[in-house]
Amino acid sequence: MTGLGVASQLLEIVMALLLAPLLSGWINQCRAWLQNKSGAGLLQPYRMLHKLFNKESLISEHASPLFRGAPYIVFGCMALASAIIPTLSTDLPLSPAADAIALVGLFAVARVFISLAAMDVGTSFGTFGARREMLIGFLAEPALLMVLFSASLISKSTSLTTIVETLAHRHLAIYPSLALAGVAFTMVSLAENARVPVDNPATHLELTMIHEALILEYSGRHLALLEWAASLKLFAYSCIGLALFFPWGVAEAEAPLALLLAMPVLILKLAIGGVLLALLETLSAKMRIFRVPEFLATAFLLAVIGMLVSILLGQ
Amino acid sequence: MMSELVGQLINLLAAILLMLSFAMISQRRILSLIHLFTAQGAILVAATLLVGYATHQPHLYVSAGITLVLKVILIPLLLHRVINRLDVRWDVETLINIPMTMIIGIALVIFAFNLALPISKLSVSIARGTLGIALACVLLSFMMMITRSKAVPQVIGFLSMENGLFFAATSATYGMPMVVELGIALDVLVGILILGVFMFHIREEFDSLDISHLEKLRED
Repeated sequence: MTGLGVASQLLEIVMALLLAPLLSGWINQCRAWLQNKSGAGLLQPYRMLHKLFNKESLISEHASPLFRGAPYIVFGCMALASAIIPTLSTDLPLSPAADAIALVGLFAVARVFISLAAMDVGTSFGTFGARREMLIGFLAEPALLMVLFSASLISKSTSLTTIVETLAHRHLAIYPSLALAGVAFTMVSLAENARVPVDNPATHLELTMIHEALILEYSGRHLALLEWAASLKLFAYSCIGLALFFPWGVAEAEAPLALLLAMPVLILKLAIGGVLLALLETLSAKMRIFRVPEFLATAFLLAVIGMLVSILLGQ
Repeated sequence: MMSELVGQLINLLAAILLMLSFAMISQRRILSLIHLFTAQGAILVAATLLVGYATHQPHLYVSAGITLVLKVILIPLLLHRVINRLDVRWDVETLINIPMTMIIGIALVIFAFNLALPISKLSVSIARGTLGIALACVLLSFMMMITRSKAVPQVIGFLSMENGLFFAATSATYGMPMVVELGIALDVLVGILILGVFMFHIREEFDSLDISHLEKLRED
């Protein structure tokens, strides 16, 4: 563990915490532009967090300690997830703590706690939100694992930093399996982050919401933490996508100058990714909840085919 | 280095071809099916051109040209006309539900890969690894013809099966002899014309394009 490693680790966590709301703001702004609206501005998520942190948090008298604790657990999971994904540098002291499988487990822990908390106060909306979240989660998790395994097959390791090192610092090669895995990953992350074809993040319409139903009972600082965690999750997923499919520009160990360069490169990549996500969301219509299993089954199968193709083509 | 990159590009195109085959299986709308078929044709053209470039076989350029004219421009145009005239843009009913179809599809892909493995070991072609994918595309199109009950998706399945066969021929043996290729191209074109006429007749007789009506065709 070097001083530079610690520095890049800290920089990465701070950057994830600070930039995650900006990414959400950027995507919402792009969506607004695409729909001929003026939009709320890039800084709206920060204003929202500021407002919520300064408000009193009202909690139902029937709520158990689980309900109070869940926002902190969820936020902690997402912050840790953003810390172990190599976004700026592959020299991360925290990265041996968790590989790709543990990362998926981390997301699962957050999902379980938010679902339990939603059912805790006993409102019907919370319960159905939790059930839908679990329905999506249990289908999305294997697909995400398969996507990560496709990348692992290339680098022969499930550690994210090793995967990124192998993919980024090898001579130029095209991996057909990653093309399939990329499509599958896009579908999974749309479902996991409650984006348009699966859930609409902009609506509170009771019958269609999933993510909003889960956090309906929260207010004040708890809601702020959950909103922040949601944007961190989106940030983490975008960074996994960038790390697996567009890993160029990530700094290696013992390269302080590359670390400086990695930040603008990452911001540029995230900005482009945000535009594409907004475009995708504008172009597609929300599907019925009963079509979601089909959507995620397709993602899973594409990822499996990706693995099969990589075995067949021997790469 | 260059030929290595071309080989990888061909593999990538093969993977996209397989992905499009799966997309066709899971697609419910006829219009999107035609778009996917057009995309499949375009990928096929690119793959043929690349194989031709990598192996210096000029006749592959000709077959790529034929594919472009026939499968990317002419047949999709004809199909668009047919569905406009028949007014069938609605969702397609499948006989087996779509997740089930896709699981069977995975099994077919594994089967095809295993089948192709010993064959591609014998081949010295640059695209030998893609034979399994081509075979999988053929089998998937077969399955699409079986699981769809309406005439238009069946015809598209037939055409996409021909795409798979063409890709198999290109990847395993650098294309068929010119005479055979021209013959097949003509066959496909005539086939689609006849099938088009046939569809109009089915519709006239039964007021529907559901093939199952044909089973009841007997004098009583």
